[in-house]
Amino acid sequence: MSTLIKFKIDGVECMAETGAYVVEAAVENGIFIPTLCNIKGVKPRGSCRVCTVLVNGRPMSACTTPVASGMEVENNIAELNDIRKAIIEALFVEGNHFCPSCEKSGNCELQALAYRFQMMVPRFPFDFPVRDIDASNPKIIKDHNRCILCKRCIRAIKTEDGKSVFAFKKRGRQLEINVDPDLGELFTDELAAKAAEICPVGAILLREKGYEIPIGQRKFDKEPIGSDIEKK
Amino acid sequence: MGQKITIEPITRVEGHGKVTIHLDLKGNVNQTRLHIVEFRGFERFVQGRPYWEAPVLVQRLCGICPVSHHLAAAKALDVIVGAGTGEGLTPTGEKMRRLMHYGQMFQSHALHFFHLASPDLLFGIDSDPLMRNVIGVAIMHKDLAVQGVMMRKFGQEIIKATAGKKIHGTGAIPGGINKNLSIEERDTFLNGADPMNIDKMIDWAQAAVDFFKEYHKQNKSLIDNFAAFPSNHLSLVRKDGAMDLYHGVLRAIDTDGKKILDDVDYQDYLEYIDEEVRAWSYMKFPYLYKIGRENGWYRVGPLARCNTAEFIPTPLAQKEFEIFKAYTNGKPNNMSMHMHWARLIELLHSGEMIKELLNDPDLQGNDLVTKGTKTNEGVGVIEAPRGTLFHHYKINDRDQIEMANLIVSTTNNNEPMNVAVNKVAKDVMTGHKKITEGMMNAVEVAIRAYDPCLSCATHALGQMPLEISLYDAHNNLLDKKRS
Ligand code: SF4
Repeated sequence: MSTLIKFKIDGVECMAETGAYVVEAAVENGIFIPTLCNIKGVKPRGSCRVCTVLVNGRPMSACTTPVASGMEVENNIAELNDIRKAIIEALFVEGNHFCPSCEKSGNCELQALAYRFQMMVPRFPFDFPVRDIDASNPKIIKDHNRCILCKRCIRAIKTEDGKSVFAFKKRGRQLEINVDPDLGELFTDELAAKAAEICPVGAILLREKGYEIPIGQRKFDKEPIGSDIEKK
Repeated sequence: MGQKITIEPITRVEGHGKVTIHLDLKGNVNQTRLHIVEFRGFERFVQGRPYWEAPVLVQRLCGICPVSHHLAAAKALDVIVGAGTGEGLTPTGEKMRRLMHYGQMFQSHALHFFHLASPDLLFGIDSDPLMRNVIGVAIMHKDLAVQGVMMRKFGQEIIKATAGKKIHGTGAIPGGINKNLSIEERDTFLNGADPMNIDKMIDWAQAAVDFFKEYHKQNKSLIDNFAAFPSNHLSLVRKDGAMDLYHGVLRAIDTDGKKILDDVDYQDYLEYIDEEVRAWSYMKFPYLYKIGRENGWYRVGPLARCNTAEFIPTPLAQKEFEIFKAYTNGKPNNMSMHMHWARLIELLHSGEMIKELLNDPDLQGNDLVTKGTKTNEGVGVIEAPRGTLFHHYKINDRDQIEMANLIVSTTNNNEPMNVAVNKVAKDVMTGHKKITEGMMNAVEVAIRAYDPCLSCATHALGQMPLEISLYDAHNNLLDKKRS
């Protein structure tokens, strides 16, 4: 049986069940810690580092660190927010993210975080990598220009018998997401829709669907990212 | 390692309109060329992209009339998704798009007249450029300047209600639209507090037409003779010959009014229109195939549309159209400065169309999208504020765009603008070896009548950045002037 423990985020007394990760414990206490790779209910990986917090003074990824009794977490401080902003800027420059024509615009978590951290011009030079679009799968189109390699699709999209639909292929700067070509109909329409939904950016596109939600009614048109948690 | 190609901004956007004038041995104007640098990169950018991105991607061509590109691309994709050409959409889909388009026409024509053209008319072509701009209008004719701003705003609000944003929205999707118009949205346009309601907008549009007619009476020789020349005219018209800015068949008439193209389905535009490449210009020169390169060029835009259409299907604009037609005894009107008159009649027509659409309950329908049997090729044509706009796409069997061809209004008007500038140059330059301020202004006004999509033509806050070079018969530079 889990028991409630006490800890602090930015000096505010919080309560959480033992074993909860800091990101989720924060949500329960109405505090938003930004993340790009974390998904509720799926084992965390700590790959994007946007959720970096100071735990008792040391930088840790909040999605992979369980809360402990008496823990002092620093989250919303200038130093960390600048590091987070730098990570977001780095993600923008290392891919080709053209928000104006992207179907995910308004629902994109990378874009929403850039707004939250008031990114104007990235501090790093643009890389403009040469990447392609893979339209070979009958259900989805993968736009590698936009993939931030967060692994959400790999971790969350599994067939009924537990097989991963997505995997990485190639290495280093060529690393890209790939769909298992042998799955056939096991990669169902529902799974394809879920993949497009959980991808934080517009790297997984459903075929022949786009811009169906009018501007003004998209997820982050209504509420900036994190504000739903902070309202609690 | 990928190769990095850097395109310097100056090669993409030319800040100055460039005109070269060549004199013959006697000092007469031999040849004039208007150089328009239009970077046609969009046809390349879209290759490989999923086809449904085209309307959102390609509209970035322009910040003044993005809606035209948005809708022309969407119309081409309607064909690809099997929704038919123009008539196949649901009533809500088609009418929401029309509302978006007439909103766009209204704001763009208001911008053109009040911000760009009225300074030339109010202060005179020879006046001080420091005053001959929208700020000058605001100081000297406050009511007109305020009307211009409010009319533009009204049109932009219509665009926002249909496309989601005032500039670069997403409303039109292949086969239809992504939203309808709520009763609340409708009522703000129908009954908004003075002056932001459609009745006031129509009153102001009527007043703008009246203003022009009065001005015309007092400045006949300027308005009738400045840069006037015969040409063919081309536009879409409704099947019954009515003016229709959103959809129709292609019609072209010659300078006597004879139909040289009629009832042409724009899916077949390539059979009728060809584009000539000239070594000295990046921009192509379209012409009617049947007539040939020499004489097959045509004008597009408000003047062309008032020439090709037989009537305007809204009462106030029709009344003005009749006056306009009577002025040339029903013959085609070839006077460049009458472009402003025609534009204002269209402004009035757009206001009336917006009112008619707002009162149509189909706008509150929920059946937004139609799809049918997919094809791999489609053409979309629309009458943009500056004239006929062609979008043509081919896709592969993986839904990626393989080919895109765009003929924008400014390209269609390439030859007419060259002819207009040539005519003005002949009138004002002959016998001169120096370029005067008055000559600069005259060339600028001629270009402005066509309202080309040039960064220079939309320079509302000052004079058009223009560079004119004058060469003698041996190609020696005699004079060069920049404004
Ligand atoms: S495709 Fe989307 S979900 Fe998958 S790794 Fe890339 S960004 Fe993450």
